[in-house]
Amino acid sequence: MNNDIFKLGGLEFESRLLTGTGKYADDSVIPDVCEASGSQIITVALRRVDLESDTGNVMDFIPKHMQLLPNTSGARTAEEAVRIARLAKAMGCGNWIKIEVISDNKYLLPDGYETAKATEILAKEGFVVLPYVNADLYIARSLVDAGAAAVMPLGAPIGTNRGLKTREMVRILIDEIELPIIVDAGIGRPSEACEAMEMGADACLVNTAIATASDPALMGRAFGRAVKAGREAYLSGPGAKHSHAKASSPLTGFLHEG
Amino acid sequence: MSFYPICAEYNDAPLAEQFGSVTEHDVRRALNKTTLSPEDFLALLSPAAVPFLEEMAAKASQLTLQHFGRTIQLFTPLYMANFCTNKCVYCGFNTKNKIPRSQLGPEELEKEAEAIAATGLKHLLILTGDARAKSSPEYIESAVEILRKHFPSVSIEIYAMTEEEYARLIEAGVDGMTMFQETYNEELYPELHPAGPKHDYRFRLDAPERACKAGMRVVNIGALLGLDDWRHDALKTGIHAAYLQNKYPEVDIAVSLPRIRTHVGDAFTPKSLVSDTALVQNMLALRIFLPRCGITISTREAPDFRENILPLGVTRMSAGVSTEVGGHTCEEEEKVGQFDISDERSVDEMCEVLRKHGYQPVFKDWHPLQEAS
Repeated sequence: MNNDIFKLGGLEFESRLLTGTGKYADDSVIPDVCEASGSQIITVALRRVDLESDTGNVMDFIPKHMQLLPNTSGARTAEEAVRIARLAKAMGCGNWIKIEVISDNKYLLPDGYETAKATEILAKEGFVVLPYVNADLYIARSLVDAGAAAVMPLGAPIGTNRGLKTREMVRILIDEIELPIIVDAGIGRPSEACEAMEMGADACLVNTAIATASDPALMGRAFGRAVKAGREAYLSGPGAKHSHAKASSPLTGFLHEG
Repeated sequence: MSFYPICAEYNDAPLAEQFGSVTEHDVRRALNKTTLSPEDFLALLSPAAVPFLEEMAAKASQLTLQHFGRTIQLFTPLYMANFCTNKCVYCGFNTKNKIPRSQLGPEELEKEAEAIAATGLKHLLILTGDARAKSSPEYIESAVEILRKHFPSVSIEIYAMTEEEYARLIEAGVDGMTMFQETYNEELYPELHPAGPKHDYRFRLDAPERACKAGMRVVNIGALLGLDDWRHDALKTGIHAAYLQNKYPEVDIAVSLPRIRTHVGDAFTPKSLVSDTALVQNMLALRIFLPRCGITISTREAPDFRENILPLGVTRMSAGVSTEVGGHTCEEEEKVGQFDISDERSVDEMCEVLRKHGYQPVFKDWHPLQEAS
C-alpha cells in the first residue's frame, strides 16, 4: 500500500483526493482543509483569482506544496476555455488546466464536444489537460485521442451533493479508458467517494460537499479517509458480489462425487 | 418569438383570482417538487403560502448554499450622468425635476474609478439617465475603455438599446446588463412613463432578450416593486427570468428585487405596499422556482434587513453606494441622487458584516478573456 502512488500529469501524489476553493465562507479555512484532507491537488477558478488584490486573493490561502489546478469556470465555448487556460499560464498558475465548458447555466452540465476541442488545442500546447465531462464512453475516447491527462466524469450535476448517480457509466469508463478516471462533481458524502474508489476510480474531486459543510476541515478529513479506504478496498480485491445466494450444498455438487 | 406574447397572456389573466384561489395543498405540492412549473411559482407567491414562509426559507436557504456556497458578490454603481428625457413619475431623474444635471468627462471618470477601485471592488455597474443625445453609445463605449483599466467586470444599467448596440458595448468590454421593466403591467406602464423613450413598453420589455442575443454574459432583470401589485410583478419577473434562462442557457440570468424608495421631486404614492414579509416571500419563491438564478439586493434596503435575508437566496449585493453623479469624489453639498439609499455602510464595513454572518465577500468573479500577450 505504501507504494500506491497516484501518477498524474507526469507527477506523483500520495493523495487521491482533489479539493476545490469555491463556496467557502472564508478562504482562510482552505489551508486547514488541505491539511486535514491530505489533498495535494487543488482547483481554483481563474475568474476568482485576483493577483492585484492586496488582501483577499484566494491564491494567498493555497498552501505552497499543493499542485495548482486552475479551471476554466465561466467558459461557454472551447475558444473561451482556451483563452482562460492561456491567461492562467500567463498569470503564473502553471500548465495544469481543468477544462470546464458549460453553456447551460440552468443545469451546469458540461459540453463534451467543446471540451474535446479545447482539450486538443491545449494538449498540443503542452498543457496538462484534465477535462470535466459527462460520464460518456464516446466523449472519454475522444479525450484520450485529444491528449487529455485524465478524464473527469461527473457523479451528479455540479454542486448537487446527490452522489454517484452515474455509477454504471463511470464503471464503464474505468473498465475501458486507459487514462486516470477522476470522479468530479456531485459527490456529497464521504461514503460516495469511497464507493467510487472501491469501483476503481483513480481519484475524486470534491468541493461543494466540503466547502458547504458546517466544519469544512473535519469534512475534508472524512473525505481524505474515505478516498483512502475506498482505494485500499479496491486494491485488496474485494470478493465478487452475487445476485443469488450461494448454496452451501450446490445443486450440481453430485457431478463431482465419487 | 419574444417574451411579449407570454407576458401579454399574464397581463390578460385574472391574476388576483388566481392568487386568491391557491390552496394550502397547492403550496405543499410546489414545495415538494424539485422542478417547479409557473403555476407552482404562482402558488408560492400567493397569500396561501404566507403560513409556509419558514418551510420556504429552509428550502431556499439549502438551495442557495448548494449552488452558491457561503459567498456574496459585491458590486457598486457608478452614476456617470443624470440627464434624462423621460418623465417617469416615480424617479428623481425625471426631466421635470429641477436638479443639477451633469455628466462625467474622461478625467472625472478616471478619478471616480480610482476612488471606487481603492475600496477593492472589481465589479462595477455604470448608470446614465435616459438621454441618448448626452449619453450616447459612443460616450458609454469610451467610458468603458477607461473603466476597464480598473475593473475586470463592467455592467450597464442604461436606456434600452438595439441588439447591435449591445454587441458593440460587449466588444468594448461590457459583460453584464441590468434592465428594470419597472412594471410588467402594460396598462399601467404608460401612466407611470408618460413621455420619453421609456414610454415604449415593448422596446424595453424585449431589451434583455436583445442583450442575450448579442452575447451578454450576465443579464439582470427586475420590477420596481410597489408600482403595481407586487405579486403580479413578482410573478411576471420570475416568468420572464425563466423564459430567458430556458431560451439562452449560456447567459447568467439574475433578478433584482428593488422596492420603491423616496426621491427628490414630486411625491409619488406607490400602488402597493411591499412589506418586509412580502419581499422575503418574493425572494424565497424565486429561489425555489429558479435555484440557479442570481438574486441582487441593493442598498435600498436597510442594514438589519439586508443582514437578516442573507441566507435566504441573496447572491449579489451593492456596497459603498452613491446614487449621485460623481458621488464617490464630489463634495457632500453637491450630491443629488436618483433615490435615497438605506444602507450607507462602506465596502469595508459590509465585508466585516458579511464575514460576521459567515459569508465570504467576493470582489472578483469574472476575468476578461483577452488573449495573454
